[in-house]
Amino acid sequence: MITAEQKPMKELVECVRPFQRILLAGCNECVTVCAAGGRKEVGILASALKLQFQAEGKPIEITEITLERQCDPEYVEELVAQIDKVDAVLSMACGCGVQEVARRYTDKPVFPAVNTKFMGASERQGVWAERCQGCGDCVLGLTGGVCPVARCSKQILNGPCGGSTNGKCEVSSDTDCAWQLIWDRLKALGKLDQYEENIPAKDWRSGRGGGPRKIVREDLAS
Amino acid sequence: MENFEPVIVAYCCHYCAYTAADMAGSKRLSYPPNVKIIRVPCSGKVDMIHILKALEKGADGVYVAGCLEGDCHFNTGNVRASKRVAYIKKMLDEIGIGGERVEMFSMSAGMGERFAQTASEFTEKIRKLGPNPARAAA
Repeated sequence: MITAEQKPMKELVECVRPFQRILLAGCNECVTVCAAGGRKEVGILASALKLQFQAEGKPIEITEITLERQCDPEYVEELVAQIDKVDAVLSMACGCGVQEVARRYTDKPVFPAVNTKFMGASERQGVWAERCQGCGDCVLGLTGGVCPVARCSKQILNGPCGGSTNGKCEVSSDTDCAWQLIWDRLKALGKLDQYEENIPAKDWRSGRGGGPRKIVREDLAS
Repeated sequence: MENFEPVIVAYCCHYCAYTAADMAGSKRLSYPPNVKIIRVPCSGKVDMIHILKALEKGADGVYVAGCLEGDCHFNTGNVRASKRVAYIKKMLDEIGIGGERVEMFSMSAGMGERFAQTASEFTEKIRKLGPNPARAAA
């Protein structure tokens, strides 16, 4: 999922301050799962903002809505009914959702309520960790299902480096050495010969090196 | 300000604090009528939104009273509640309401005295703090 974290309250308060009527829009997908911008967080943030402005003596109106997805125009269209009744939109979706709302409603200021972080997985309740960088040319089949691009601090394709100590990365003792994980996994699979093979230099043009990316499926595109 | 009577909302767990309140009553212990009790099946049922809504609707202070550590009927509901209260306190500090208006307490069903004492102390603390800024300005 795409993970996100709510922005600090002070930043949100300042971005809302110039407006009287706010549409606070959550998203039912990734940000719901990582507890950053789902229906529940929309309610909490709306209540906190109302408290703040009530305390300042200038209460604001907040309309709460949580869309099925903010990254699809079909769902963003649902805001039509509310958009004319508000001065600005505060979106709790990831950056994709915020941009889709901004693209559709050109005359309405749209602000992000969360900082979008990374594509990750849930390690345990309340903890999410980076797992994928969308490099566009997946090597997981060669590395025993552990990604050296997303999980190795240096993104090296033939590791580990000299900074690997007791299975941890030199960057932080909280970070597993991805290449230790790869070694352990390949060993368990009985595929250490695969480890011995050098992975050639990666062509980063399939990732961000080639500029903004787009997928076009001719069979689906209208 | 002199006549300020704080409104306190207390989310009380059915298995401990709510019964402790009952115990306080049976023992004829008095506690401030400012405290409005809301019975919940477990303190872990209390979500952040419940605390915020209470403040938004005019409560001057809110507390959650759950079981003693290790005694939760549902194992860890009280621990969850305590973490949520800590999170809310931080948020309230950030928005100028003040985290000290929200608190978590632990007690067992037999602690009628502790219930009455907690209710009195918390009410006095909020009385000193004054009205909830969000209510005062409205």
